[in-house]
Amino acid sequence: MAASPSEICVEGVSHAYNGHDVLHDISLTLPAGQTIAFIGPDGVGKSTLLGLIAGVRHLQRGTIHTLGVDISNRTAREAFLSRLAFMPQGLGKNLYPTLSVRENIDFFGRLFALDATARANRITHLLDATGLAPFPDRPAGHLSGGMKQKVSLCCSLVHEPDLLILDEPTTGVDPLSRRQFWALVEQMRAERPSMTVIVSTAYMDEAERFSWLVAMNGGRILASGPTADVKKQTHTTTVEAAYVSLLPAADQKEISDFTIPPYQDDGSPPVIDAENLTRKFGSFTAVDHVSFRIRRGEIFGFLGSNGCGKSTTMKMLTGLLDITSGTATLFGHPITPGDMKTRMRIGYMSQGFSLYEELTVRQNLMLQAELFQIPSAEAKLRVESMLKSFQLAEEADSRPTGLPLGFRQRLQLAAACINNPDILILDEPTSGVDPAARDMFWKHLVALSRQKRVTIFVSTHFMNEAARCDRISLMDKGKVLAMGTPAEITHEEGASTLEDAFISCLEKAGNSIAVAKPQQPTPATGALRTIPPYIRWFSRCWAFARREAVELMRDRLRLMFAILGPTILLLISAYSISFDINTIRYTVVDYDQTHASRELVQQFRGSRYFQETAFSPNRETLETRIRHGQAAMGLDIPPGFGRDVAAGRNPAIGVVIDGAMPFLSANVRSYTDAVLLTYMANMQKTLPASVTSGLIPVSIVPRFVYNQEFRSIYAMTPGTIMLALILVPTMLTALGVVREKEIGSIMNLYASPASSGQYLVGKQLPYVALALMAYLVLVALSVTVLGVPLKGSFIGLSIGAVLYILASTGLGLLISTFVSSQVAAIFGTAIICLIMSANFSGLLYPVSTLTGFTYYLGKSFPASWFQLISLGSFTKGLGIKSFLSMYLALGGFAALYMVGARLFLKKQDT
Amino acid sequence: MLRWLMNVGLLCRKEFHSLMRDFVLMGLIVFAFSAAIVLVAHGVRVDVANATVAFIDEDHSALSRQLRSVVLPPYFKPPFLTNRNDASIGMDNGAYNFVIDIPPRFEADVLAGRTPQIQELIDATAMTQAGLGSVYLQQIFLGEVEAQLHSPDINKLMPFHPESRIRFNPNSESAWFTSVMQVVTNATILSIVLVGAAVIREREHGTIEHLLVLPVSASQIAIGKILANGAVIFVASLLSLWIVVHIGLAVPIAGSPLLFAACLILYLFSVTSLGMMLATIAPTMPQFGLLVVPVYAVAYLLSGAATPVESMPEAVQSLVRFFPTTQFVKISQSILYRGAGLESIWPSLLAIVLSSTLFLAMALLRFRSMLARQD
Repeated sequence: MAASPSEICVEGVSHAYNGHDVLHDISLTLPAGQTIAFIGPDGVGKSTLLGLIAGVRHLQRGTIHTLGVDISNRTAREAFLSRLAFMPQGLGKNLYPTLSVRENIDFFGRLFALDATARANRITHLLDATGLAPFPDRPAGHLSGGMKQKVSLCCSLVHEPDLLILDEPTTGVDPLSRRQFWALVEQMRAERPSMTVIVSTAYMDEAERFSWLVAMNGGRILASGPTADVKKQTHTTTVEAAYVSLLPAADQKEISDFTIPPYQDDGSPPVIDAENLTRKFGSFTAVDHVSFRIRRGEIFGFLGSNGCGKSTTMKMLTGLLDITSGTATLFGHPITPGDMKTRMRIGYMSQGFSLYEELTVRQNLMLQAELFQIPSAEAKLRVESMLKSFQLAEEADSRPTGLPLGFRQRLQLAAACINNPDILILDEPTSGVDPAARDMFWKHLVALSRQKRVTIFVSTHFMNEAARCDRISLMDKGKVLAMGTPAEITHEEGASTLEDAFISCLEKAGNSIAVAKPQQPTPATGALRTIPPYIRWFSRCWAFARREAVELMRDRLRLMFAILGPTILLLISAYSISFDINTIRYTVVDYDQTHASRELVQQFRGSRYFQETAFSPNRETLETRIRHGQAAMGLDIPPGFGRDVAAGRNPAIGVVIDGAMPFLSANVRSYTDAVLLTYMANMQKTLPASVTSGLIPVSIVPRFVYNQEFRSIYAMTPGTIMLALILVPTMLTALGVVREKEIGSIMNLYASPASSGQYLVGKQLPYVALALMAYLVLVALSVTVLGVPLKGSFIGLSIGAVLYILASTGLGLLISTFVSSQVAAIFGTAIICLIMSANFSGLLYPVSTLTGFTYYLGKSFPASWFQLISLGSFTKGLGIKSFLSMYLALGGFAALYMVGARLFLKKQDT
Repeated sequence: MLRWLMNVGLLCRKEFHSLMRDFVLMGLIVFAFSAAIVLVAHGVRVDVANATVAFIDEDHSALSRQLRSVVLPPYFKPPFLTNRNDASIGMDNGAYNFVIDIPPRFEADVLAGRTPQIQELIDATAMTQAGLGSVYLQQIFLGEVEAQLHSPDINKLMPFHPESRIRFNPNSESAWFTSVMQVVTNATILSIVLVGAAVIREREHGTIEHLLVLPVSASQIAIGKILANGAVIFVASLLSLWIVVHIGLAVPIAGSPLLFAACLILYLFSVTSLGMMLATIAPTMPQFGLLVVPVYAVAYLLSGAATPVESMPEAVQSLVRFFPTTQFVKISQSILYRGAGLESIWPSLLAIVLSSTLFLAMALLRFRSMLARQD
């Protein structure tokens, strides 16, 4: 079939994840230049399909042509990526939290190779249009959820894409921000009518404004066509109704309204009582004098946008956070950390998923039940009943990792309810959960409240959920704006719906719904000026490098550790590590007790290498003292020693040596022999000259070169520089890739035209610079503080250091692309680098003394080559010319590691 | 109290589940306690071994050739024959540890009793080889020349002779030492990393908050992590010592395995607590990674597993008396090689117990403030 550039063609696409089919043989044609909404509950495969269309997810079966481009063809796909914008699911998932709003957008502009003027123009325009202009320098991590999504949208639109894909962009965003967001998208499309917009959403009302509708369920397409046509076919007037009528009959029953019996106050004292509750983080006040009382069995709702202080208030009530000022009581008792009795009666569900990904659904519930001290047999029963009532039985033995958000939230609620609590504190329990699942949720809550009189304190930003609460409290910027029953609040604001009341409250508090009209008209509608192709490769590298560098610069702790770590290592090893033997503790058993034996002992006392310890009364004691490490050497002088010497019978004298540490024992033996020889030579002075002459036929003159004084510090300092520059730079980069994978920002690489090579090199550069600074500090310290002169060429050493650091940071990246968790990355890096550099790189034992396999092992690790350069330039006075082969080897390692990392790092999600 | 123990047990079980799921990590642990130990034991010699010797022979006599032929393994690799220029390059790039310079007319001078000089150049940057190696070479050459001259055995002429008896490792096998020390080193790194990273991961995933709302105390979480991870490392270390070191490398174990196991438990408790304390200092994983580098590297360098503690300056020697790693290396050497009993190791053991109390107390103190930090 010929691929049309004005269509998105999906043919026979199936997709499986962990053995579960997510998409079943999907075929679909979508027109370009339209706004297309994918609707359906959680876990029906919307995200997967969007990822496949965008080309950021690896296609398993079938073909997809997006705007005429064959997505399975790698070259074509990568060329197409510059026309695409993909905004992944999750609030601000593609943003870098420590970067400011402007820096985030600028980074995306650079990725898409816009030149400086184009970037500046686009950023000004986008900030203006989104109303973000007043805070371009605020870090993305400090923005509310709604603002994060706006920044994300700016990032996606910076390069004027032909296709904009938004995966659930308004999930978890408050109604005000949601309205602003959609106004913004419409405005952007008005500016650029040719742009195709694809959105997935679980909110049916949002889909109304889209021109084309794709309804999905269970990995299949229910309907696809112009929105009006779909409604007409199903004889409905709303998208929601249309969707329901498209569902198989069995599923339709689930979505139905239900009524809540009215709340009846039994007059008991309040269960939760908060008075002027305040919490400060430094100078920032997260919760500002909040007061409320919640009665037994009441459903109390907390309503507000992200970051308004809802979660902080809840955390104070659970005792997770200390209260700065004000009071709060639960069941009439003030909250005290470590109050286990109260905790037994509370169920808590945090905003993010906070159960264990590595345990199965059943194991998670079981753990929860047992920690609540429910006897094992009953716990099992209760877990089974929870699995049943929360419809989790089928997934009981899978791990939460692969499950859709709705399932995960249900699991969390099941866990929070397992102890039959008296208070349930639920922090946005239905965020990201589709309507049907939300209804099920609420049926549970209502049952708990009305039948078991459980007090429920719930936060939400869904208006229809807020309307179901007995009372609600509207919060904004840490303050309560209004409190009362939903009807009261709507009435007070003179609004027709709770949503309007909420928005009017927010507007009174100084927020504005209006989307600012751009001050100046859109600059040049023509193509954006981009960076010339021949330097594009470097400019993209630079984009990654800049971003990484800015993040690094803001992480003071990491900068400090990176410089301080090597410094500490150098100082400690230079001052402490020594091979000089100076205090050999010895003990003597003297069975002879003659002049000769006492003279012998005297000889040892005179040596500065030996230190006498208590005499041993007998051989057994001598052995015991050595066994206990009280002496390293024992002299065993036999009875009749003096007599035998005098008679020329050449008696033996026992020298017992502790051999636990072979390096020490060899030295102890050699030093002892030397002392004994001196003693004998002195004795022989009294012998006739004829006996001693001609004994020494040759004289052997030892000459210690490079380190005449034979001081350990001269050898250990260059060695420690080698050690520090492999341990620290490798650790700097080792978490780089695996962490981005865990956090999800790796998606920016998948969805951008940048290659993984550019990404890796860009990621490496800032750490190379940081490690070079550490290197300079180390050399300066060695020369000045430690007094180890740099006899050879500083340039020669520095060239080696640059290549060595390139290799070690490259090794870190290679490890990072290979491992599956950050823990494994840290442990792997630590163990590999320490074993290799301490044993096989010449730190303590020269590489030339290694044999067989280990010799080659040493040679196949960069540290051994840099050790030669470091030692050579510090102690041997060598320069560039002597290091050429080492440079070559180090450069080779650097290249090899980067190529390896490049091969392991796929540019698509698998 | 019973409840406390039960919760710790439940948290331990959860910890095991988590560990077993990370296959790359499990693979690394197996590697660290098997292949890595064998490699180091076989490859590394802590005393003079396989040192490289080059000869500049300007005599080319029977005697000078004879001197070359007696430079033998295991102390030395077969010697190279070279010239003055290449010898200098070879020493510069670390290929030769020793260069022996035999002058012209050497043999003739020896026979004439003129006591000629042999120059022995020693690369003094190779600290472990230089001192002893030069003494060995001198002894070998002297002995050989005397043998060639058929002069009487010098030792017979001496008034007495020493009879060395090296205890615990009579043949000075390096592998006996390096293998056990590597097990200790790897167990140390693993303890710090595993427990610390487990805490940070729970923090980054928010699971620790969830636990702290349940009727579970911070101490239970901390002890659960320490016990579970410590148990894995304990089993791995003991298996490694038994199967890899004792059976595979045929290293005899002199002392009581039971006493050693007990000491190992106390030691692991101390270093896992250290890991937990570090995790409360570094808020994120990349920071934790950088923080542990100097900690484990310094612990290794000052442990006595790399170089003798006896050679360190006085001040450092008194400092390391409180380092759990150094004290445990001392205990390991005492029990495993010397067969020492509790009566001689108790001061070290006390230091380990004190350090673990300190680390654990610090970790628990910081546990809650760590959670309160806004990020």
